[in-house]
Amino acid sequence: MSTLGQSIRRLEDDRLLRGHGRFHDDVVRPGQLWMRVVRSPVAHARIRGIDTAAARSMAGVACVITAADLAGMPRIPVRQPAPGIDFTPYLQAPLAAEFVRYVGDPVAAVLADDPYVAEDAAEQVGVDLADLPVALDARLAADLRPECWGGARAEVGVVEFGYGDVDRILDTAPQVISLHLRIGRHSGTPLETRGLVAEYDDRSGRLTIWGATKVPYFNRRVLARMLGMAEHQIHMLETDAGGSFGVRGEFYPEDLLVPYLARRSGRPVKWTEDRAEHLVAANHAREQEHTIDLAFDDDCRLLGLRNEVWLDNGGYVRTHGVVVAVLTAGMMPGTYRLPGFRSRVHVVTTNKTPIGTYRAPGRFQNNFVREHALDVAATRLGIDPVELRRRNLLDATELPHARPLQIFGAPMLLDGKDHREHFDKSMAAVGYARWRAEARDARGDGRLVGAGCAVILEKAGLGHDSAVVDVDTTGAVRVAVGGASAGQGIETVMAQIVAAAFDIAPDLVKVVLSDTDILPDGGGTFASRSTVVGGMAAKMAADEAVSKAKRVAADLLGVPVAGLRMESGAFVATATGARVTLAEVATASYAPPQVRTGAETGLIGRGTYVAEGMTYPYGAHYAQVEVDAQTGAVRVLRYAVTYEIGRAVNPAMVAGQLAGGAVQGIGGALMEEFRYDDQGRPLSVTFADYRWPRASDLPELQVEIFEDSPAPGNPLGVRGAGEGGTAGAGAAISNAVRDALQLTGDVGALPLDPRRVRDLLRRRDSENLAQPAQLASRPGPR
Amino acid sequence: MTDNADGSIAVPVTITVNGRDHSRLIEPWRSLADVLRRDLGLTGTRVACDLGACGTCTVLVNGDPVRACLLLAVQADGQRVETVESLTAADGTLGGLQQAFSERHALQCGFCTPGFLMLGTALLRATGAPSREQVRECVSANLCRCTGYGAIIDAIELAAAGSQE
Repeated sequence: MSTLGQSIRRLEDDRLLRGHGRFHDDVVRPGQLWMRVVRSPVAHARIRGIDTAAARSMAGVACVITAADLAGMPRIPVRQPAPGIDFTPYLQAPLAAEFVRYVGDPVAAVLADDPYVAEDAAEQVGVDLADLPVALDARLAADLRPECWGGARAEVGVVEFGYGDVDRILDTAPQVISLHLRIGRHSGTPLETRGLVAEYDDRSGRLTIWGATKVPYFNRRVLARMLGMAEHQIHMLETDAGGSFGVRGEFYPEDLLVPYLARRSGRPVKWTEDRAEHLVAANHAREQEHTIDLAFDDDCRLLGLRNEVWLDNGGYVRTHGVVVAVLTAGMMPGTYRLPGFRSRVHVVTTNKTPIGTYRAPGRFQNNFVREHALDVAATRLGIDPVELRRRNLLDATELPHARPLQIFGAPMLLDGKDHREHFDKSMAAVGYARWRAEARDARGDGRLVGAGCAVILEKAGLGHDSAVVDVDTTGAVRVAVGGASAGQGIETVMAQIVAAAFDIAPDLVKVVLSDTDILPDGGGTFASRSTVVGGMAAKMAADEAVSKAKRVAADLLGVPVAGLRMESGAFVATATGARVTLAEVATASYAPPQVRTGAETGLIGRGTYVAEGMTYPYGAHYAQVEVDAQTGAVRVLRYAVTYEIGRAVNPAMVAGQLAGGAVQGIGGALMEEFRYDDQGRPLSVTFADYRWPRASDLPELQVEIFEDSPAPGNPLGVRGAGEGGTAGAGAAISNAVRDALQLTGDVGALPLDPRRVRDLLRRRDSENLAQPAQLASRPGPR
Repeated sequence: MTDNADGSIAVPVTITVNGRDHSRLIEPWRSLADVLRRDLGLTGTRVACDLGACGTCTVLVNGDPVRACLLLAVQADGQRVETVESLTAADGTLGGLQQAFSERHALQCGFCTPGFLMLGTALLRATGAPSREQVRECVSANLCRCTGYGAIIDAIELAAAGSQE
């Protein structure tokens, strides 16, 4: 029985519904201490001194450490290096030594036998800081050379993608549209804050760590080097994770501090971030400023796209390096036919929380910029925005389409079937023509209702991953994969894939995630890759275990392998009907005569899958909104996402990813933003200030999954689902708001919170908004 | 409040949790959520914002949904508290609302789920057959970052329909 393609109930659900999930804070070790981090209260300063005496003298405090205790330890490295960019000056140390670079920068850590004592003691640590000027705007800060960078510029580097002579195209094109747009600072803000538990056993010399997720294997390597240990001395164990969205599980300062303190104190150490800390300490994301120039011929066909971007990187370069910049620039062309293209992203350090990858990194931004520019262009060119897209979308005659670009070291091959066809089918499924007609009618009645759409290109299945499947002598099947739980249901998907190979029910498969003792190397969970890359590794491992089992079963039954069939986890001789169970086969596989020199005993299959390049799923977003002319509040009346998934292993889970992703995207489009005052002090430090959408903010969401184009690059045909729900939300919402207000120009920035929308209304009403999109003016960066 | 012989300022508190009385000496600054988790080992009640904004820690106190991060444990003295651990039947099977959440894929990471289950439990007790808009309004009390809420609303509706049969 294969459940591939069926929306079975998730294996994770039972424990989570009982309240029996095991999240990091549920791990309680005997004698554990609590860590509390002392953080910089200012955005940029030189550290003159840190006085820990008062804190150390408090009852219950085990120790207080500062950068001096970590002298000689390397800084936190980058996970994905970028050719031509030296990140060295910009890396973060676990504790700041000479300078602090954002509010929240860790300067000391306190260890105490009670969490309340740890927090009180942390407040007694005196940090003497000499304020330095703050940089809060990436574009203005690019040329600064802050003292802390030792002479290096605040601009870390420029990431550039392109092909064709786009400057010449723009100089000679009949029509050029130029826009200037900004995207606010957002983050994944998972509901469970970050946290870790570490325990050091000085008899075995081993560290055990609970709570790593996303990339436990990379984190183990980093930790081994920073602590001067061998990797095998560190055992990473997964826990349930209360959401990740790209933010959780990178190697942060605390990922060194907790294990370091466990080893130093000889006691288990727990750290659970509080919400105010999370909102300044975990990676932020998305903040960018864009200029975009689109060139068209007289037939409204795109000739070129030129894009200059300033990415506010925050205080340090963290583990992802410049992945956000790469995806911003590399994915900017989307699904369109584009003869000439260039995108340049300036990565600039500022004095805010460092940024990282957050669900659809780069694409939330570039889809907004490109799709919004297309709508402004449609107005200027006098063409319907849907028709403008249809005219420029790549179709079946042009796909697969090789963009002359390399992304993450592989050629960018758009491997879909037909982007125009998807757009047409998707509009029909959603009923978008009716949404637009409704909006027009409502405007006729004096309401500010508008509809907008966005066509998106996604990417998935990056890199490689490994899995091992084993069958024990009771017949129990287990798979260990390199992926991690982000709450996305990875156990269920892996179990469905492995169960299909054994012809058993998925709940008979035990899934082990990122256990470094069972599987020595794994990739992790990010970039919508787990089902594609991890799923393929699991399938290969399961297939190998099954084929070993078949050889043993054939021996036991005295028939050739070809004369066997697999049936509900047993092998049946087709000719005689004789059968052996998986338990019998497994038992035999561990003993003579089945054991042989040079062959691993037992029914163990190992799989490693390397994606040659990424797969490129695609889709569209649709929004219908109403603006309140008095308050500027935007009400989402209708929202839909369509998505080409290739093959869905579990369609309900795919739909869940898309719906949940869309709501996160709507949050970023309308309400979420990390704000700072002019001294770089964060103004969004609670969930009352950083506002997620609630159920009452949302309409019924429509999700349409298409399986028209199985991914050609992997035998499962799967494409990733994690990010497409988020990627187009800023674009569709901004276009709908623009339509509601009947702007001739652009909306300027996301999020479109009431303050910004009131500003747009005022500008529109005073007709100052007549010419923000310059037609055939001199485009390009100023 | 008096200082105890050992110098602590803990006060005696008795809380009825899921039908069982628990008597403990509790420092007056500690939240009900903290005591449920660390003293009683009921870790199904989780804390996410510590400010009453997200509702993750929702439990029922005398039948009403309450943010357990905002209620001090001493305030729960003599009160009747229900947590997610009470929703499972004595024989270990999941309750109707829990089943409906799984059926409708109304959870992903599951961190918010106990809070929504307690909200839904209170709603279904008060209103046997709530309208979809009533369910949506109820669900708006809490935050979920994974599902987009639609599936949670579906699940509570499904459970309501099941309990009407």
